[in-house]
Amino acid sequence: MKRLLKGARVVDPANGRDGAFDVLIDGGVIAKVGKNLPASLADGGQVVSLPASFVVCPGFIDMHVHLREPGQEHKETVATGVASAVAGGFTAVACMPNTSPVNDNAGVTELILKKAADANLARVYPIGAVSRGQKGESLADIAELKAAGCVAITDDGHPVSTALLARRAMEYASMFNMPLIEHCEDPSLKGDGVAHEGPMAASLGLKGIPGIAEAITAGRDILVAEMVGGHVHVAHMSAWTTLEAVRQGKSRGVKVTCEVAPHHFTLTDAMLNAPVPYDTNTKMNPPLREARDRDAMLEGIRDGSVDVIATDHAPHHADEKNVEFDRAPFGIVGLETAIPIAMQTLVHGGVIGLSRLVELMSVNPARIINVPGGSLSEGQPADITILAPDQSVTIDRTALVSKSKNTPYHGHTFRGVAAATIVGGRVVFVNNASGLALAAEGR
Amino acid sequence: MDASTTEVALPATSLRSKDLLGIAELTPEEILLILDTTEAMKEISQRQIKKVPALRGRTVVNLFFEASTRTRTSFEIAEKRLSADTLGVAVASSSVVKGETLVDTAKNIEAMGPSMIVLRHPSSGAPHLLSRLCKSPIINAGDGLHEHPTQALLDAFTIRERKGRIAGLKVAIVGDLLHSRVLRSNVLLLTKLGAEVWVCGPPTLIPMGLERMGVHTTSSIDAAVDGADVVMMLRIQLERMEGGFFPSLREYFRVFGMTDARLRRAKPDVIVMHPGPINRGVEISSEVADGPYSVILDQVANGVAARMAVLYLLAGGVPDEATA
Repeated sequence: MKRLLKGARVVDPANGRDGAFDVLIDGGVIAKVGKNLPASLADGGQVVSLPASFVVCPGFIDMHVHLREPGQEHKETVATGVASAVAGGFTAVACMPNTSPVNDNAGVTELILKKAADANLARVYPIGAVSRGQKGESLADIAELKAAGCVAITDDGHPVSTALLARRAMEYASMFNMPLIEHCEDPSLKGDGVAHEGPMAASLGLKGIPGIAEAITAGRDILVAEMVGGHVHVAHMSAWTTLEAVRQGKSRGVKVTCEVAPHHFTLTDAMLNAPVPYDTNTKMNPPLREARDRDAMLEGIRDGSVDVIATDHAPHHADEKNVEFDRAPFGIVGLETAIPIAMQTLVHGGVIGLSRLVELMSVNPARIINVPGGSLSEGQPADITILAPDQSVTIDRTALVSKSKNTPYHGHTFRGVAAATIVGGRVVFVNNASGLALAAEGR
Repeated sequence: MDASTTEVALPATSLRSKDLLGIAELTPEEILLILDTTEAMKEISQRQIKKVPALRGRTVVNLFFEASTRTRTSFEIAEKRLSADTLGVAVASSSVVKGETLVDTAKNIEAMGPSMIVLRHPSSGAPHLLSRLCKSPIINAGDGLHEHPTQALLDAFTIRERKGRIAGLKVAIVGDLLHSRVLRSNVLLLTKLGAEVWVCGPPTLIPMGLERMGVHTTSSIDAAVDGADVVMMLRIQLERMEGGFFPSLREYFRVFGMTDARLRRAKPDVIVMHPGPINRGVEISSEVADGPYSVILDQVANGVAARMAVLYLLAGGVPDEATA
């Protein structure tokens, strides 16, 4: 069936488009993008009239999520995770291998892909482990992982254990054009820390994780990438010192990219004490840091040093979070809050324009993990995120689609939401409050 | 404190919060109310029959998830002197070892209708979690590395008893600043009441950003003690040496141990305090611990009165009726 999206602003930086364009979808791919396309082109299909304030962009890709399946289905499953993704405006997600068992072999990769095909909502790109069992000892069977469908490797949850293993991994993975995604953290400096090391942790009596614990490992891997010509992608960057290391690497021409999570460019460790003291929904790794770090992340987003916004969607069951702060697991959900936070803070906040946002959330992640998408070029899969930039939303944790509700943003109001999500030409999500004359379609 | 604000601030007659989670939540007026009430409670402790009916018919549960002799005994004596029914729940005999969460333990105890819960827990913020779940007042008897508010209150009472005031005094606190909840509560209380607080220890045991709490930090014990009215020593735990924070106990004593010679830099009427239990020859020499400047045993005695005051005020008592 054909479908013509008419009347909205199209932001498609990969093709240099930002303005009033119409988009024709045919058989799951982008058939044509142009000005004032005649309704007759829909050829008996659907003509969707969109408000001029709405924005049609290439589908957003979250390259850092934890879908928890197999093994931790009480937190999230592939099915609930992709439902959360499309509700948040994402057409694709890349999922981390720290499941149980670890995604270090084709069996686990295939299981994830089968569950994703069954759910048939957002596309799912598995990320394989660097090391067997993520134990940091020997390389996983990376060629097998690649053949099964993995798009990158990481030991996320932990850093790659040694500089030597990082070197071997980058050298080996370069054969397959797969980046090493690094969870940057020096384990000796992290110790049993649970919060950013600074005045707030000092006054609350919480053991600290210094910012340089992240920067030291990032620095190590950037040097390794430089020597071996590998590609390292710094996951969930949080510290100003890490950003400096990434900038230095980039300025020397090292193939280093990086991502920042929405909480690290909006919140600080002040949230550990207020409004709810010791709220375990403010506990994540890397931790919420100081204003200097948060402001550095915003500056990196503004000046182009930051490549990607990724959520580090980390669902945990309420029972696991309803414990003492130092016993709670690290992590928060992020898929359904990312667009509102980014629209409010970055676009309406005047940090960047929409075109740059689309680069951060669609173009660059597609490029880094080498997957389709990131543009509305003719012939590309019709993966499309439609934004309602002026529609406000108040985050209600009970209304989240994700199986887990661990968000520090409950009750926060943001301007800018996903109005609809289209994957392969099929409408998989429509925001009921958007007023769109569209309905989500079954499989 | 400037005189005009002192006049405007009315003396507190009750505590605003249902709980005592920490000194951080108290106003200076509330701290003074507790110290004044401690005065009255101390008078009870000096009577022949050391018991008043203030908490008769009330049940206080002492929920201790961490070993404690001094604090637990002190709370129990305080509760009994106020005629409360007391119950101790220790970790080893509780269902925590069966895997029950703190939240469930608390909900079960709450269901039995206690009047108050005294909590000692190894996790910072555990009392805050409990206070959100329980209607009963929670008294923090020490949480992780965070606060130990009744210790700071008894310390302040002891200082005021000896010095007649707290504002303007130079107080030096020496030892393991990183792992000490006594430190945090004392810093909060002493700075709220206008003391000049110096904290001293090896740089490995000074938390990053501690100076933002309004204290002078130094690793020179002579600078800390110089002209001090009060010297407060903190306990050094053996496991800190094993954690690599300093090379040996012997070397610690050499650099930071309190000796008569070091104490000579302080004011002639200095008092030496220690929250206990003391490590003789590690952070303090016996000559100082047992010497004329030591008020360590006064602190222990005052601890009972300070805890009586807190229990009494949180139970809704009015200071004037305390001793009736």
